[in-house]
Amino acid sequence: MNVSFYEKLWMWASGALIIAFVTTILVGLAGSALQPPSHVETIDPTKVWSDGRFQHRGATLTPDGATVVIIAMMFAYQPAEIHVAAGKPVTFRLTSADVTHGFSIVGTNGNTMVVPGYISQFTTVFHTPGEYLVVCNEYCGLSHHLMSAKLIVEGAQP
Amino acid sequence: MTRADRRPREVPTASRAGPRFTEKLAQAHLWVAVLAFGIASAMALMQALSRASLDLPWRTAGMYYLSVTAHGVLMALVFTTFFIMAFGYVVVSRTLSREPAPRVLAWTGYWLALTGTLATTGTILSGKASVLYTFYPPLMAHPLFYIGLALVVVGSWCWSAVMLLSYRAWRRANPDAPTPLAMHGMIATVIVWLIATVGVAAEDLIQLIPWSLGLVPTIDPVLARMLFWYFGHPLVYFWLLPAYVIWYTLLPRVAGGKLFSDPLARLVFVLFILLSAPVGFHHQFMDPGVSAGWKMVHTFLTFAILFPSFITAFTVTASMEVGGRAKGATGLFDWIAKLPWRDPLFSSIALSMILFAIGGIGGAINASFGMNAVVHNTAFIQGHFHLTVGSAVALTFMGAAYYLLPRLSGRELELGLLARVQPYLWFVGMMLFSISNHMTGLMGMPRRIYDASYGGSAAAAAWRGLTGISAVGGVFLFVSAGFFMLVMIGTALAGRRREPEPILWAEPLSPEITRRTVFDRYALWTAIAILLVIVAYAYPLWAHLRMARFGSPGFSPF
Ligand code: HEM
Ligand SMILES: [Cu+2]
Ligand SMILES: [Cu+2]
Repeated sequence: MNVSFYEKLWMWASGALIIAFVTTILVGLAGSALQPPSHVETIDPTKVWSDGRFQHRGATLTPDGATVVIIAMMFAYQPAEIHVAAGKPVTFRLTSADVTHGFSIVGTNGNTMVVPGYISQFTTVFHTPGEYLVVCNEYCGLSHHLMSAKLIVEGAQP
Repeated sequence: MTRADRRPREVPTASRAGPRFTEKLAQAHLWVAVLAFGIASAMALMQALSRASLDLPWRTAGMYYLSVTAHGVLMALVFTTFFIMAFGYVVVSRTLSREPAPRVLAWTGYWLALTGTLATTGTILSGKASVLYTFYPPLMAHPLFYIGLALVVVGSWCWSAVMLLSYRAWRRANPDAPTPLAMHGMIATVIVWLIATVGVAAEDLIQLIPWSLGLVPTIDPVLARMLFWYFGHPLVYFWLLPAYVIWYTLLPRVAGGKLFSDPLARLVFVLFILLSAPVGFHHQFMDPGVSAGWKMVHTFLTFAILFPSFITAFTVTASMEVGGRAKGATGLFDWIAKLPWRDPLFSSIALSMILFAIGGIGGAINASFGMNAVVHNTAFIQGHFHLTVGSAVALTFMGAAYYLLPRLSGRELELGLLARVQPYLWFVGMMLFSISNHMTGLMGMPRRIYDASYGGSAAAAAWRGLTGISAVGGVFLFVSAGFFMLVMIGTALAGRRREPEPILWAEPLSPEITRRTVFDRYALWTAIAILLVIVAYAYPLWAHLRMARFGSPGFSPF
């Protein structure tokens, strides 16, 4: 194949750039176990209110942080206000009672889809105390833009 | 002169006696595309204004979500597909020197896709299908919405068959000739589309239609999302490849130059056949129910597919430089000024490439799952895809429509001044619209929301000024779209009749390929592509189906 010098140069540079992109991901994976977020666990979506895993909603303190259990439904979160401590790992566990919703903590990278029949789970740490807005970021019907909650991170310094 | 632009005797042209078959067929498709675009643009204006929380009289949440559904379906599925079908037929007739055949199949595809479009759009407008163009279950639309979509897909399969059969007939007569480059790109488009649509057809026929008809009580939403995004990512390349064909084969000539490298262009299309499909999980990074390891595999393949686009950026820009230098430029950058910036096909493509470059950076961010967590389903995504499909693809198609319509209809382009400013208006509007949306997205504003005030929350108040800029961008875009519509309709109704000019394909700079090469072995590339799909999807799909799962009943909260 007849490829010009500049074109070859460019192809090598493009290849190098792509390898650089992939390397940053590999470094994250090896260094800080930065995996794609994932959790595989199912639940009967018609029985979420009686399922044992979603009986105690809200924050529960654990030795090394807290677990927050939430049910998303059209068009609210149960509970709608959550209190957690700053600087400690918080594990969120969510499911939906009806359609697919989102759960996005504005100003952080706390973000997940909430799909009926499945349980979403992720762990994060909030370093800055304050009040955070939580919004549904997956279209779920007529009042999707009203579906929100409050997350209050409590800590020593404001 | 190349094989392609040496016009053989039998090339059909519109004669005074009336349009020939290809002209009629391509224009029938083109007009569905143009009208869908016009309607969707009007809805888009209202959406952009609504997001800025302007108190408009007709503004309701029901209207907003209905409108976003119609805008998404008409733009992303109808405008693109019908334009691509029209362009495919033009490429067959003008590069293979034969009319698309079998004719009955071509018209069957047209009427099926049109009937499906009308069914789906009618259902949306009647308020029974505000499920957005991604129609994630368990949101449930009226069955006619899903049936209409199935008809559009089947119609596009008829088109695909006509494309491949026409190629095969040509190949029989020309066993050793290389496939003309434009046709090579369109065959790649067809293969990508056929591989992709298996996913959406399975979702539609096996899951959605029986469920919406009440034949089965529940549906698995994660399986539906897997099938949808198996389709949804190669869908992006189905849109993009015809735009690349236009960049590679029409632009260099219009720019006064030559195609910088013919074999690399061929390689690019082959790479897209191979890599388009096995990447769908990068749309499901934030989903439960899909394992981390498989998300990782799809991430790496996603980065691999950047490579052919990088080559395209180089080759197309270099071809433009050749054009500028042919007009006497000698300095490092003065060739840019020598380019035909007043030609709407040229300016559309050049501007769409700039917008696409910005969109590409955003795309690399979306593909990196760590950063994706910050922007997932925020207005950032809305900003991103208006640069890619909404500009790189749509603006290129608009420029190509200015070029093709006179050549198909035998009428001169009317309102040329509007055509000349239209791409620039789109560029300005899109910069305002998309940059403001990228920013609000980074600040956490979700996409797909009727109103962004969240009961006066402080975090939401910070988005305000930017949503206003986005609305101003929307107004520019709407005016630009209006100009495009005026030029199209004006040309069809009032353009001066004359013998249509031929379509001139670009000549390669270096000696062209003269014999059939390995790039033309489409069955081989398709087989490897299917193998990669199996590697990327077979195990996760099998593992998913084996897991204890619970179905979901349907909901229609609109
Ligand atoms: C006339 C210029 C345009 C304007 C002002 C515009 C504006 C918008 C707005 C405001 C939204 C709603 C976003 C939301 O609520 O999340 C939207 C959605 C969308 N637009 Fe456009 N748009 C334009 C052109 C296009 C073009 C040319 C395409 C593609 C060919 C396109 C494809 C889409 C898609 C796929 C959606 C997503 C719908 C969804 O989230 O379900 N748009 N657009
Ligand atoms: Cu929602
Ligand atoms: Cu994608």
